[in-house]
Amino acid sequence: MKITLKIWRQESAQDKGGFVTYKMDDVSTEMTFPEMLDSLNEDLIKRNEVPFAFDSDCREGICGMCGLYINGRPNGPQEGVTTCQLNMSMFKDGDTITIEPWRAKAFPVIKDLVVDRTALDKLIQAGGFISAKTGAAPEANAIPVSKEESDIAFDAGVCIGCGTCVASCKNASAMLFISAKVSQFAVLPQGRVEAKERVQTMVAQMDALGFGNCTNTGACEAECPKEIKLSNIARMNREFYKAKIS
Amino acid sequence: MRRFLGSSLTKKLVVALAGLFLIVFLLVHLAINFLLLKSDPSVFNSAAEFMASNIVIKVFEVVLLLVFLVHILMSVILQIQNWMARPTQYKVGTRSKTSFFSKYMIYLGGIILIFLVLHFFHFFFIKIGWIEGDSDNFYALAHDLFKLPLYVSIYVISFVALSFHLNHAFQSAFQTIGFNHQKYTPTVKFLGVLYSILIPAGYIVIPLIIFLSE
Repeated sequence: MKITLKIWRQESAQDKGGFVTYKMDDVSTEMTFPEMLDSLNEDLIKRNEVPFAFDSDCREGICGMCGLYINGRPNGPQEGVTTCQLNMSMFKDGDTITIEPWRAKAFPVIKDLVVDRTALDKLIQAGGFISAKTGAAPEANAIPVSKEESDIAFDAGVCIGCGTCVASCKNASAMLFISAKVSQFAVLPQGRVEAKERVQTMVAQMDALGFGNCTNTGACEAECPKEIKLSNIARMNREFYKAKIS
Repeated sequence: MRRFLGSSLTKKLVVALAGLFLIVFLLVHLAINFLLLKSDPSVFNSAAEFMASNIVIKVFEVVLLLVFLVHILMSVILQIQNWMARPTQYKVGTRSKTSFFSKYMIYLGGIILIFLVLHFFHFFFIKIGWIEGDSDNFYALAHDLFKLPLYVSIYVISFVALSFHLNHAFQSAFQTIGFNHQKYTPTVKFLGVLYSILIPAGYIVIPLIIFLSE
């Protein structure tokens, strides 16, 4: 099929940037989105033009590295997938696809479609872990965990830290991201030990890094490739208030 | 303590609790407004008189004013931070599925604030004696205003804005205070939509009846 691409090109963080239009005549519906971008880049190299930069790594939806704002939605029109899992069959012959980098003060553009998401690492460093000695894995049944709580922790723990929540939120808020981490640990005995400290340091770090505030629009939940729920944000709010008043 | 007060989550909690307080107040105010539909002015006027003289109500009035100010101030601070969090906007507007009115809360709030200022000039400032007017007959004051097409239009537009504001606000406040339950949240959302339609509709019906019956 024939596709017109409007791709954001920006030489560096300081460059103003703008859209460049490319036409592709032979896009297979069996391609994934990054495969389609690869084929365009190969054409650009053959034509002696500079290929555009975009992030991707595992290409199977588990590393969280890829991430593009496609036609007004992070990761495009397909529900519950990362950009690398987005299939070209979601588009029609003759479509124009506009691709932008993720926009947030905390995610400055490095080049073209690549943004710096170090801020997410800084959030994790602020408390998204448990302090435990490394060594052999302990006996799995030594600490009982109910099925219900293990399910909550697992559903929150599938977060791949891609930043879709920040990209989709009108306030560029990272609440879904940190609430997934806070929830995952808060419901498990191993994480409970540091729960009070964790929620406070992660929220303080989020504020300091210039992320926006959650206004419960629900865009993050709608776009999250791992379908992490807003209920995690409510749980984090409860954890935060409890930690502050106790 | 300073870290607690300075946190974004604390500000959000304050906005939510103040909002819930105002949501309850709307119901009380509406109940009194319905007295305007009675042909006998004395019932509404004695209710207004009671509101002006009762000490409990006077304390409540100060609390109410503070709640309004805190709700507005905190929302504005949060909104400015939110604007700053995305200095470069997307060129293609969002097509994500979101709570529709959540995107326009600050603007809807602005419309309600304009109405509130008008309302203060028409009633509250007269009541506390800042502006001259017949503070013994608010019934006549209201009826005179509701004869003016321009005022009735402003009134209706303001309460439509309030309806849209409440549509998101009700369920959002519950989420912010940490109430999100698989079983009960759908009920909260339903009640929120119902409240956001019924209460503003109640407010709108009163001037419309008075305007059309004149």
